[in-house]
Amino acid sequence: MDQLTLSCPNCAQPVAESDRYCEECGIDLSTARASGTDPRATAPAPSGFSATHHATTPDDSPLPSGTSGAAGGTGADGGYDAAPGAAGSRGTAAHDGATGGGLPAAAGKGADGAYGAMPGTGGLGPTGGGLPGAAGEPDAGGGYDAAFGAVGAAAAPVPSGATGDFVLAAPVLATEVEEPEVSGAGAPDPWSSVPAGDARVCVGCGAQRIDTDGYCEACGLAQPRPRDHQERSLNGVCGVSDRGHRHHRNEDAFAVAATSRPDGGSAVVAVVCDGVSSATRPDDASQAAADSASEALLEALESGVEPETAMTEAIMTAANRVDELADEFEREPSRNAPACTIVSAVLTEGRVTVGWVGDSRAYWFPDDRSGSRRLTVDDSWATRMVEAGLMSEAEAFADARAHAITGWLGADAIEVEPHTLTFTPDAPGTVLICTDGLWNYAEAAADLAAVVPADARTKPLHAAQTLARYACDRGGHDNVTVALLPVDGIEPHEPTMPNHPPTLVGDSLDSPTLQLREGES
Amino acid sequence: MAKLTKSNFPQFSVDIFQNAYLAQGANEVNAIVTVTATGGGTSAALPAAGYGSSLDGPDAAVVIAVDCSGSMDYPPTKIRNAREATAVAIDSVRDGVAFAVVAGTHEAKEVYPGAGQLAISSPGTREEAKQSLRRLTPGGGTAIGTWLTKADQIFSTRPDISIRHAILLTDGRNEHERPDQLQHTLDRVQGRFTADCRGVGTDWEVAELRRISSALLGSVDIVADPSGLAEDFRAMMEKAMGKAVADVALRVWTPANASVKFVKQVAPVVEDLSGRRVDAGPRAGDYPTGSWGDESRDYHVCIEVPPAGVGDEMLAGRISLVVPQPDGTSEVLSQGLVKAVWTDDLNASTKINPQVAHYTGQAELAGAIQEGLDAHRRGDLDTATAKLGKAVQLAAESGNEDTFKLLSKVVDVVDAKEGTVRFRKNVSEEDSMTLETRSTKTVRVKK
Ligand SMILES: [Zn+2]
Ligand SMILES: [Zn+2]
Repeated sequence: MDQLTLSCPNCAQPVAESDRYCEECGIDLSTARASGTDPRATAPAPSGFSATHHATTPDDSPLPSGTSGAAGGTGADGGYDAAPGAAGSRGTAAHDGATGGGLPAAAGKGADGAYGAMPGTGGLGPTGGGLPGAAGEPDAGGGYDAAFGAVGAAAAPVPSGATGDFVLAAPVLATEVEEPEVSGAGAPDPWSSVPAGDARVCVGCGAQRIDTDGYCEACGLAQPRPRDHQERSLNGVCGVSDRGHRHHRNEDAFAVAATSRPDGGSAVVAVVCDGVSSATRPDDASQAAADSASEALLEALESGVEPETAMTEAIMTAANRVDELADEFEREPSRNAPACTIVSAVLTEGRVTVGWVGDSRAYWFPDDRSGSRRLTVDDSWATRMVEAGLMSEAEAFADARAHAITGWLGADAIEVEPHTLTFTPDAPGTVLICTDGLWNYAEAAADLAAVVPADARTKPLHAAQTLARYACDRGGHDNVTVALLPVDGIEPHEPTMPNHPPTLVGDSLDSPTLQLREGES
Repeated sequence: MAKLTKSNFPQFSVDIFQNAYLAQGANEVNAIVTVTATGGGTSAALPAAGYGSSLDGPDAAVVIAVDCSGSMDYPPTKIRNAREATAVAIDSVRDGVAFAVVAGTHEAKEVYPGAGQLAISSPGTREEAKQSLRRLTPGGGTAIGTWLTKADQIFSTRPDISIRHAILLTDGRNEHERPDQLQHTLDRVQGRFTADCRGVGTDWEVAELRRISSALLGSVDIVADPSGLAEDFRAMMEKAMGKAVADVALRVWTPANASVKFVKQVAPVVEDLSGRRVDAGPRAGDYPTGSWGDESRDYHVCIEVPPAGVGDEMLAGRISLVVPQPDGTSEVLSQGLVKAVWTDDLNASTKINPQVAHYTGQAELAGAIQEGLDAHRRGDLDTATAKLGKAVQLAAESGNEDTFKLLSKVVDVVDAKEGTVRFRKNVSEEDSMTLETRSTKTVRVKK
């Protein structure tokens, strides 16, 4: 899933974004687009986090999209139904959560309205805003869907959202509804311009001849590649990855996806992986790990596996996949077998489950940032020294070996031990997962919290872009990848104090260590 | 014997071995290019009857030039062995291949078929050719340039034949023409045919014969014992018969502001091709590689690039195999990319690719032997000992056993690892010439 698909994946006939079927071969584009890659990374981007509301709706209809279509009663709404319907390739019931999640941008709108964000949709604020209490109410979903139908009709420019899988060089069209002012017009922005098409011009010397291998035919300079900068935004989760300034390729990879639980509740998934530079083909390792972990998580979550178990198994699946790469690629001289780190976060029913191997991290940032904390403990030399009581954290991090990782996925790993942690936030906030390309510039949760935009929960893509750009502006010494999962954090039955720090529940393998870490938040 | 047919055009593959990572400010990119041709001449077994008139003419032409200078009579076994070897070579000429025999002295005389022509090989013509070898009688001097000119004239009667190969046998120095005359001839005929050179005995000069074989993209070797000549001729002829495509060139494209520092063939033997560049369009040059059968050769390409910033990647070179077409264009057979990536990761940038390291060592080994033997000739025993010591060390390190054996006939190896050697007391001329002739033979990287 590398680029926005504008041709039929089946017959390559050019198709419009709004087409539901290919005029040439007749294939259902929503399904084809989806099954071409990750069937569920197809939810349209208009965001908000209504999926959780569905999840908390006990007798939510298993077919909310149908409901919403009826309720919305507009062509635009129908258009949206098409894309999430694609997820139905894996079973309608399983995906209706995602569908519902996709549709009710209205919920997001409601939130936006409540937080006073959106011109043009502000009028809907009252609608959505009137609903929050309805989160626990049986027919809330329908209500949101209906509201969304109205939004869709009113804010017509959204349809790009219907194309599903987003890898966007430029700030995402689909998020216009949610985040209208992502980037200003003006000077050429490297973040929004990966030249495409036939008329490519060398970014180095301006020559107009780029060879099929992606190098300038005059000066030889490698031209920007799709993976150099990637953005993906789904309902309830988004990710941004950038090559940075000092590496010739992006060896980080990520996946974001959404699906639903057998009970109709939603599940949102993000995976971030950092290829080990000294290994063979680290970029392939990270991509394979992110894709396979995401796929494994979705399958497990759809079939009702508990998130912690799903997480552990998904990381092992990714580890096996990366192991296999050792046989698929000839090992580069004096390099290790393909290897990468992994960090993943899953949001189900207001519950956050994090899993990781290596030094890619997860953080929790409540809306008021007061209880910001790191959720992961690095598999790194520095951590090992600190844990063994041999060095202070400051001493350990000052050492040249600090960043050497002690755990990774790959054939040269002696044993892969996935760490997991689960907690249920009782206040709204945002889960961040990222590679060291970000946290190298702001290691402590409090420092990083100062960089996370205040509206990260409601404008996650903008926040993800801000964080990635922050790392690049600070030197971009490494590839940087961030994924954000907004959490509404409203307990269905027990409204809680908004400023309360998150409660860590006991199914973490590392909770004792995590306690050690609390000091930094 | 192996047969060839025009439909068996070999498949060429190009593999690039390099460490693309450069430290900040670095500007030299090294790569080993492995070119492998398969499915061509030698692997195609065609019934003998398939040759000759049924095809549209011969695929290959061979001229054998045999030294008939007066010295070939001392001892008389020399000329006898040369006759026998030539007879064996004639027997190895496949049906349908065009061939001729030339007697070389201070001038070139046609022995068979005569009148500046090529004969078409058949049992009958081969028998006639062997009969005519009686006319090879020693007398006169040595002017190899005249032999080459004659071979060129004979080949040029059949411009339709693309694979043209000469076999040269000599026993002495090129005494009856000036070096610049020979060079002039080489400049004129190079690219028109290829040639293998063989020196009989020890009265010839390695550097001189190497100059000829290098210019004509062939091999040079010593046949110290004339009785070994027949087998060597058979092998050479079989190799020539295995060629399926001629005039293949290694094309090196470099980007603006980059330049090729050198292009060397490094396996099976070291051969510097840098001076052989022929421009081939903007920023591209062709380096001749001669004709190919089923075989694999390695090239070391060194390119200077303008240094770029950390994180930048550029294409430093595009290496392709090209073969000229009748219409004057050239067909690209295969290609590979040489890249440069600047990094601040010293671990990555300081690693030398094992292939590059190995062949750099093999080229250094060849150089050390030649410089060592040169110094020895000048009577500079210290330099000679140091150079051959270094050579012993390099040969041992890289597992070049053949060269190591040849070296140990010239020096006593005290400590191969340290490169400590002593010159042997009575080194035979044969041993030192054999070492010099074969100094450029390399081995491939140990797995
Ligand atoms: Zn350019
Ligand atoms: Zn990293």
